[in-house]
Amino acid sequence: MYKRMLVLRFPPEITDKPIIYYLSQEYNLCFNILKATILPGEEGIMVLELSGHQKNVKAGLKYLRSKGVKVKSVAQEIRRNDEVCLMCGACTGICPTNALYVEQDSRQVIFNPEDCKGCELCVAVCPVRAMEIRFSKEKVLI
Amino acid sequence: MANFQVNKTFQEINEKIRQGKAVVVTAEEMVGIVRKKGTVKAAREVDVVTTGTFSPMCSSGAFLNIGHTRPGIKAARVWLNGVPTYAGLAAVDCYLGATEPREDDPLNKIYPGEFLYGGGHVLHDLVAGKSVLLRAEAYGTHCYPKKSVEKRITLKKIPYAQLCNPRNAYQNYNCAVNLTDKTVFTYMGTLKPRMGNANYCTSGQLSPLFNDPLYKTIGMGTRIFLGGGPGYVIGPGTQHNPDVERTDRGMPRSSAGTLMVSGNLKLMSPRWVVGVSILGYGCSLAVGLGVPIPVLNEEMAMYTGTGDDEIFTQVIDYGAEYPTGETHSLKEVSYAELKSGSIEIDGKKVKTAPLSSYVRAREIAEILKEWIEKGDFQLGQPQELLPS
Ligand code: SF4
Ligand code: SF4
Repeated sequence: MYKRMLVLRFPPEITDKPIIYYLSQEYNLCFNILKATILPGEEGIMVLELSGHQKNVKAGLKYLRSKGVKVKSVAQEIRRNDEVCLMCGACTGICPTNALYVEQDSRQVIFNPEDCKGCELCVAVCPVRAMEIRFSKEKVLI
Repeated sequence: MANFQVNKTFQEINEKIRQGKAVVVTAEEMVGIVRKKGTVKAAREVDVVTTGTFSPMCSSGAFLNIGHTRPGIKAARVWLNGVPTYAGLAAVDCYLGATEPREDDPLNKIYPGEFLYGGGHVLHDLVAGKSVLLRAEAYGTHCYPKKSVEKRITLKKIPYAQLCNPRNAYQNYNCAVNLTDKTVFTYMGTLKPRMGNANYCTSGQLSPLFNDPLYKTIGMGTRIFLGGGPGYVIGPGTQHNPDVERTDRGMPRSSAGTLMVSGNLKLMSPRWVVGVSILGYGCSLAVGLGVPIPVLNEEMAMYTGTGDDEIFTQVIDYGAEYPTGETHSLKEVSYAELKSGSIEIDGKKVKTAPLSSYVRAREIAEILKEWIEKGDFQLGQPQELLPS
């Protein structure tokens, strides 16, 4: 399942048209609306998570753009919940960038977000789901 | 009987513990002590060596008595948070196994399955003090007429809960690689194709049974750290197999001994009883376990002083070979090599990854050391040693 978190901006002329509806109807996509408002200038803003086959997500985005909707993705980031992490190391074997690694002497499992490329492999591999996907809120609200 | 220069008994060591005079070190510290002072001097100075391991141990579970209802029920089927238990016991007794998934879990239908909630997670929730939904069904009898019940229980409220793990603390385990061209999802973790990683799963020199490799002090009645509370070894674990190839220090070169252990769940802590989800494989329970080893003589000092560079395991292909049930070793490697971060197989450098938390194993050995030093924890002399 391919997932994208998006910020959509609807110009005033189209805020009264049923656009999102077609994403599920025509493109077989699932959406989850997290926020929707119409700003004083009558521009509509919506934050939504879109999921489905990657191919369909791409086609759906193309459709939105063709209708004049401005689409922006929200940056995702991977974080570790240190309260939950067992310091086992199971994630270190599959991390392609060594953002997760075992420190030699202390045997601590270190997560270095700077080296993380967001592949999300560690998320399901971690036995206690300590690796979480977060959307950076600051960027949603621009 | 071998003649030793140092001879101590369980009783003498326990007397020292009572007086707060016992010298206790962790297995990690013992390696340095023995290398510096030799086995005889180390045996004279050190009384107890503490060990630890914290990793998924599938063969775990708990006997629960869920308490009588009014009117009574002879519960024939019992679920806890949707996880089926084995209830073919007395009226309100059941056994909750760690690897039992929730009844509506999609399992591996969408491969690889995530197995987000199972028996191990219920145990963790109970130990963490959370309330758990109990559902029971019965056929109804004269003395126990009730046919179904649904209620919330907590560990505090139920009359009895005993962790009873048929096989824990495996003495040594394979190091797993994948020689095929596809990623595989195994109980040894996710293995990338063409030996993309090598996973291993013991705490090496800190691991309980690597510190008494021939079971000279461990058996039924050995008191241990189990899940954060006191527990006991109650016998050899299932698949206990002492007859394997060993080094001249008695260390098994492949998986060998195991422990069956038990302890009062009500005294345990959620830090050491943790439900885990192994991608594509299933649910399980990570158990914290530590065994104190009495240094009765210089031979025990030698065993407990053995370091990661003198403990070995075999690299096995879990991609194609392991599933067939017939395996051969691709290479023998030491735990020191595994811990270095990479090993070399057929000229290829392969990244290693532990599945067992060394940091937490060390923490267990330290806690156990503290318990013994404070005089709170006496050694249990086994009534019967493990088969060797
Ligand atoms: S998301 Fe990918 S790169 Fe980032 S830490 Fe996890 S496995 Fe490593
Ligand atoms: S696999 Fe999960 S629990 Fe283990 S070290 Fe990595 S983040 Fe922590």
